[in-house]
Amino acid sequence: MIEAKPAPAGRAASESVTRRVWRRFTGRRVAVVSAGVLALFVLLVTLWPWIEPHHPNVLSDAQFAEPGGRYWVGTDVHGRDLLTRMMHGASMSLMVGTAGALVSLVIGVSWGAVAGYSGGRLDAWMMRGVDVLYSLPSIIFVVVLITTLETALKQWFSRVFSNDFAESTRFLLLFFGLGSVSWLTMARIVRGQVLSLKSRSFVGASRVLGASHGHILWRHILPNVWGVVIVYLTLTVPSVVLYESFLSFLGLGVQPPQASLGSLIAEGASQINPIRVYWWLIAFPSGLLAALLLALSFVGDGLRDSLEERDRQ
Amino acid sequence: MYFTRRLIGMIPVVLGISFLAFMLVRLAPGGPFDHERRPASPEIERRIREKYHLDEPLLSQYGRYLSGLLRGDLGPSLKYRNHSVADIVMQGLPVSMTLGMCAFLFSLGVGLPSGFYGAARRGGFGDYATSLIALSGVCVPAFVVGPLLVMEFAVRKRVFPVALLESPIHLILPTVTLGLYFSGRVSRLLREGMIGVREAEFVVAARAKGLSEVSVLLRHVFRIGMLPVVSYSGPMLADLLTGSFVVENLFQIPGIGVFMVNSSLSRDYTMIVGLVLVYAVLLLMLNIIVDVAYRWLDPRVSYD
Repeated sequence: MIEAKPAPAGRAASESVTRRVWRRFTGRRVAVVSAGVLALFVLLVTLWPWIEPHHPNVLSDAQFAEPGGRYWVGTDVHGRDLLTRMMHGASMSLMVGTAGALVSLVIGVSWGAVAGYSGGRLDAWMMRGVDVLYSLPSIIFVVVLITTLETALKQWFSRVFSNDFAESTRFLLLFFGLGSVSWLTMARIVRGQVLSLKSRSFVGASRVLGASHGHILWRHILPNVWGVVIVYLTLTVPSVVLYESFLSFLGLGVQPPQASLGSLIAEGASQINPIRVYWWLIAFPSGLLAALLLALSFVGDGLRDSLEERDRQ
Repeated sequence: MYFTRRLIGMIPVVLGISFLAFMLVRLAPGGPFDHERRPASPEIERRIREKYHLDEPLLSQYGRYLSGLLRGDLGPSLKYRNHSVADIVMQGLPVSMTLGMCAFLFSLGVGLPSGFYGAARRGGFGDYATSLIALSGVCVPAFVVGPLLVMEFAVRKRVFPVALLESPIHLILPTVTLGLYFSGRVSRLLREGMIGVREAEFVVAARAKGLSEVSVLLRHVFRIGMLPVVSYSGPMLADLLTGSFVVENLFQIPGIGVFMVNSSLSRDYTMIVGLVLVYAVLLLMLNIIVDVAYRWLDPRVSYD
């Protein structure tokens, strides 16, 4: 770990906050390596459909082929290439994770910012609402949401849009459902930040100059909140990915033949039996999932440490 | 005084939750009798709905539910006929709580020492090693850990029983499966909390008066550094005590975690609302206890 050296006075004054955080971040080897690995992996997953040696959904006679030879990490119960399915699954998991985190970002930041900025009775009511939602077991909320809305939404989509669009109902529900259970902490964090920022003198100065509330919130307060938000976002993505894998285990996640890392692991776990061990079905998908989540967490931790060092000065 | 005020403050929240949960499950399309012998005559369906008062206006149904709630009656289960929700909860909750308590102790027993070690060795090899192990514990889902543990220690080595809950030995595998994730979380939280206060003024003062590094860490840094763990304990215990679907399903444990998922799948209205209330009341009470513990650990905090 590289400790931040005291910068020469002139430089510290001229350096922007973003630059300073960036310099701190690049000083953390583990975080930088993780970010690089993540970027490379996202690139690989995006390019994979053009270079894949096997089709992800085509069945073959090579059922439960062991890793090696034609199939680098083996095949599953239907003789499909596990490596290709893992790549598609990883892109699905990352997509669900990012989209869910973005939904939580939009709801959480607007809720928290409005509550913190307006203060008083509205703030009390909004945060009481967050308290109420906090004490709802999230699993019941998500399961009820997905099971009840799916059929209705699907019919509506195929009537209003097209059948192809109706196929993506499950994804939309997953994004929305997972996002809507993970915005609560974000709202609390943002509210806390906004609350302490709005009494600072630069906000008062802007108000004296006659700026509107929207302008103050958007141009002066929120730019100071983004850092914390981004950090928390990198930590939300892993938790959404994990949640999706649990839903896949219940059969409520991504629908076959499509796969996510979670559904692949769940499939592998269902093949555990005392007679034969298909270790690759569990080891590779969970290894990849763990590696991805580890990289994300290290990046998030690195970002947070870089930000917090800034605050201490 | 503080305690009673908090308890009274719980009432509107519980009411809000019960209203929200009730409306959520009742307004969503689909019902608990959708999957039963479909061609039942309209007459039968009408009679069933009448029996469970599903034909009344929603608000009066909610009123009926609330008046039952005051008498400790959570209503009849719509799925498990002849059983009341209160019966099912009373049977399952103690089982889930026993297992949850074991898992809680396990998570603290594993998470606190490893987090402490990581914080003490910050930036060194030991820190990264414990971080890696803790994060892996968080990242590998219980439905992978569980079957693997059963295969290795129950089926092959025959050290532990495969399933069921008959003696303390039966508790070990479910406890580990359930507690692994949380011990990872506890370890990370303690590490972060301790690192956050490592250079605080009261710690510098403790060092300056000549305490050894070990006792500075143990007596001062740990005490304040474990505050994040304390506040996480509330939600964590609420999750653990109300059971886990995966673990109860895998080890055939008759807790209420299974009902959490099954009742939402089968739209068993009364059961869903009852379980939501059990969870919420548990969580709110635990949060009060957490706040009291917080004040005791950190004298700077005051709530008045």
